[in-house]
Amino acid sequence: MASRKESGVSSSNTLDSPVKQIQIEGLVVLKIIKHYQEEGQGSEVVQGVLLGLVVEDRLEITNCFPFPQHTEEDADFDEVQYQMEMMRSLRHVNIDHLHVGWYQSTFYGSFVSRALLDSQFSYQHAIEESVVLIYDPIKTAQGSLSLKAYRLTPKLMEICKEKDFSAEGLKKAAVGYENMFEEVPIVIKNSHLISVLLWELEEKSTVPSKHELLSLSSSSSHLEKSLQMLMDRVDDMSQDIVKFNTFSRNTSKQQQQKHQYIQRRQQENTQRQSRGEPPLPEEDISKMFKPPQPPPRMDTLLIAGGLSVVLDKHLIQCDFRTLLIRRYCWFVPE
Amino acid sequence: AAAARVHEGATPSPGRSRPAVVKIHPVVVASIVDSYERRNEGASRVIGTLLGTIDKHSVEVTNCFSVPHNESEDEVAVDMEFAKNMYELHRKVSPSEVIIGWYATGYDITEHSVLIHEYYSREAQNPIHLTVDTALQSGKMSVRAYLSAPMGVPGKTVGVMFTPLSVKYVYYDTECIGIELLQKTRTSPSRTNGLTSDLTQVAGSAAQTQEMLSTVLAYIEDVLAGKVTADNSVGRYLMDLVDKVPMIPAEDFETMLNSNINDLLMVTYLTNLTQTQIALNEKLVIM
Repeated sequence: MASRKESGVSSSNTLDSPVKQIQIEGLVVLKIIKHYQEEGQGSEVVQGVLLGLVVEDRLEITNCFPFPQHTEEDADFDEVQYQMEMMRSLRHVNIDHLHVGWYQSTFYGSFVSRALLDSQFSYQHAIEESVVLIYDPIKTAQGSLSLKAYRLTPKLMEICKEKDFSAEGLKKAAVGYENMFEEVPIVIKNSHLISVLLWELEEKSTVPSKHELLSLSSSSSHLEKSLQMLMDRVDDMSQDIVKFNTFSRNTSKQQQQKHQYIQRRQQENTQRQSRGEPPLPEEDISKMFKPPQPPPRMDTLLIAGGLSVVLDKHLIQCDFRTLLIRRYCWFVPE
Repeated sequence: AAAARVHEGATPSPGRSRPAVVKIHPVVVASIVDSYERRNEGASRVIGTLLGTIDKHSVEVTNCFSVPHNESEDEVAVDMEFAKNMYELHRKVSPSEVIIGWYATGYDITEHSVLIHEYYSREAQNPIHLTVDTALQSGKMSVRAYLSAPMGVPGKTVGVMFTPLSVKYVYYDTECIGIELLQKTRTSPSRTNGLTSDLTQVAGSAAQTQEMLSTVLAYIEDVLAGKVTADNSVGRYLMDLVDKVPMIPAEDFETMLNSNINDLLMVTYLTNLTQTQIALNEKLVIM
């Protein structure tokens, strides 16, 4: 329990990535929190765009704006246009208008999906240093701001570029579920005036700080829900495994059938030759036996990656809660 | 946009109540400070629109955006197109927010403010005017809110008086936690702060609780020693506090703890198992 290997995401120290650290302004954090709080109740994800600039090997995020939810009535809503207008307007008031990434809220840690992969890939393709910020509102409500920044590893970028999602492609690039995303450390920075504001707020605010972290029982419902999500993912995974097993069984059965067919053909041909008839034409075997479709491997990877991220979170949570409870044990009056 | 209202000389209609309290979310003030920092060269202050919701007795400000404007000695020009555009864009994200007023940085209310307030009265009923003293003229960053009321002799010289309202900060729970984290940046020399890991946060919370307990204990000791006169209301709070600790016999508590630990250990075991399973699966299936 002392040393924990970060499986699922590899730290960016070992990889040669252009971004080693993310610096966020307090304003952005507040805006993201507010966006989820107001528009994202339930299990819907809220998304938005991050604006900022790149300084040496740091990515500075100085502002952000939210994206409206996808609703069925607004079928003609043009996202690109909204984005362009927003950025143009923000430029008028001297806000950095350089896109440096996007943010998304997550529901109990399940954010690894095809959509996320595609979006992040298009962002990273256009702007090399872009990141996706994942904000976990439920964990934040429990007491600790949970904001993580992820990027796709260069290997995964390669694969996405070539769109080669088959098993051979993945094997070639040696991408496992552990090398899909890399996490970049985040640092919060505030300007002097904001610090003054914070002093003001401290004086004026009368809200007591909550200590949910120390409560022994309150997060039992959260644990249940997280486990539920985990079970769903494991179900997905096992379905995928079943698909793969059927595929491999089908392939081997087909190989056998091909073999048998060839043999029969040869037998017939020798028989015909012995009878003096022309041999049957060699038919194109591959056309007769169409190889079964290999199941897409990308989804497996995604599920595995998502699973491992969730598992990691779980482990950490369970670890320190066990630690906490063991400490409490010492004080139980005998 | 609301229907046009001529403000000069008109009295407020009796049905509409004037809000008495302005509730502000910290994200709004942070936004204002940020736009002040990014103002154009030569501009001494920035203005912008406030968005939020109106209640019967209070106004809650949840969002804002800055509006480019030019101010000189004798005239003021506000980019109204821009303001309208931005409002439309914002409405797409949060349709429940309406224009409830405008803000300006600085400590005083100038004549130009009156004109701008006039414009905003056309956009919203009874707009509130917020001033944020970013230049720290009053020694600290004071945030004040005003409502305008007509004054003077009707028909002759009329003017506008800005009546102050009380300002309160409101937070969502998650905002609270976000602000707490931001507070930590005040103390570090480079004004930065990494996101803390879970364990350090637990330690922090525990330390805080301990501090609170020691303060309470110190007070009780003082009262017992006669140094401080006992306050009945504090005594009642203490009574409530002690009552809140549930009376559970030791064995029951231990069994509860143990079963809890068992649950957690099981979850840890399951997660480890699943992780190994994923790794295995990958080796078999993909490689």
